[in-house]
Amino acid sequence: MKQTLIFLLAGGFFATPALAQDDLLNNLDPAKPKTTTTATFKGTRLINGHTVETVRGKTLDFLISHRFGRLNSGVDNFYGMDEATIRLGLEYGINDRLTVGIGRSSVQKTVDLYLKYRLLRQAGQGSPVSITLFGSDAIVTEPTRQNAAAVLYYNNGERQNWTGQVLIARKFSEKFSLQVTPGIVVLGKPEAAPKTVASVGIGGRYKVSKRVSVNAEYFARFLSEADRFTAPGGAKTYNVFAVGVDIETGGHVFQLHFTNSQGMIEKQFLTQATGDFFKGDINYGFNISRTFSFDRKTKKAAAW
Amino acid sequence: MHMKTVLLMLGLALTFQARAQLFLTQTGETRFFSKAPLEDISAINKKTGAVLNTQNGDVVVRVPITEFQFPNKLMQEHFNENYLESDKFPYAMFRGKLQDVPDLSKPGSYDVSAKGSFDLHGVKLDRVLKGKLVVDGEKITLTSEFQVALVDHKIDIPKIVFQKIAETVDVRNTFVLVKK
Repeated sequence: MKQTLIFLLAGGFFATPALAQDDLLNNLDPAKPKTTTTATFKGTRLINGHTVETVRGKTLDFLISHRFGRLNSGVDNFYGMDEATIRLGLEYGINDRLTVGIGRSSVQKTVDLYLKYRLLRQAGQGSPVSITLFGSDAIVTEPTRQNAAAVLYYNNGERQNWTGQVLIARKFSEKFSLQVTPGIVVLGKPEAAPKTVASVGIGGRYKVSKRVSVNAEYFARFLSEADRFTAPGGAKTYNVFAVGVDIETGGHVFQLHFTNSQGMIEKQFLTQATGDFFKGDINYGFNISRTFSFDRKTKKAAAW
Repeated sequence: MHMKTVLLMLGLALTFQARAQLFLTQTGETRFFSKAPLEDISAINKKTGAVLNTQNGDVVVRVPITEFQFPNKLMQEHFNENYLESDKFPYAMFRGKLQDVPDLSKPGSYDVSAKGSFDLHGVKLDRVLKGKLVVDGEKITLTSEFQVALVDHKIDIPKIVFQKIAETVDVRNTFVLVKK
């Protein structure tokens, strides 16, 4: 009885002082663990190819990409700086999963339209990988006649080049992410035997600091030696390889790289890379992206 | 009545009284603002948890970093990944005590200051934060505005940026606390 009394009194009187700040915290909902993996890659492009990343909902990304001429083209060509190919692109996030995009490349005056859909997100307790689907149509808009004699395209169907890819990536650690990209390119006007070029890409990034990562990317194509003459005019093509760095500057991502393709879209870097990276046919290039938000609701809510 | 029962009821009553002094919210608003030459940066968090003990003035505020909403989602990602490192430091926390506890049973507006430890990005600092308590029936509205110097919390600003961020960020809190 006496013990109970002491216990109860002690309990009653000491309850208030015992409610220190940590106990106060217990009145709040317990901490929720982070569910989905974010920032597998810094941008929507690894180097040439797409990454699993999509533009966030109501966000517009403006992309400016350049590839210069070959470094081994000599001082007369200022080591490639004299000739540049350019692609300007816009991509918009309908929502966090679906992106629509349009781009215009100087190579063959090509307009590319694409859709990207984030099918699966890597999650701590869920999927081990992120999967994004990519589909595009690259429309060649260069003139029908190269000169008075040669007709390049007989109908609009010959100008359409379709690409389908499945992007599968895993963020292994804060620093290291890897992506495997199987896909096909269906050519509207094949120069060589194959109309369909199948390929598998492998690429990854390693963060060397909080804001800088080193990237590499290689696409192996399932083409026999005899079928590799897929470039316009029937020139021989090579598998595309690229190394580069991403530098993130808060709202922007800069990508600087070396690769053996002057084309910056799938149809071009998978079927028109006429340089052999390992023989020194290397082009310097960069991608710059700038993000604009059209999320008025959050903007209004967050206004100071 | 049996002695034991009386004491038990007394004990429960005391415990209840102590608990009844708590005012809290799970949906407090925390926003911050940073002046930048190109575009001012602001974000809002509507998931801040706050608890106030009106009896002894103990106060705890917990801000989940990943819940800050930026109009620019790329900025939001960079904020989490590189500036605040929310994987490692998921919460900002203030644990403190009101320096003078006004009688909050009466409606009115009271200027208060709380002294305690402010933990952001894994760096704890002793701070005195000023605020205002407005008692209105069953709810108490706590507002507080203060500044955070990024360097004090080891939040580094990259050297190469288009979007140069101010070294001091303004923070504003609005918590509508209801009796537990």
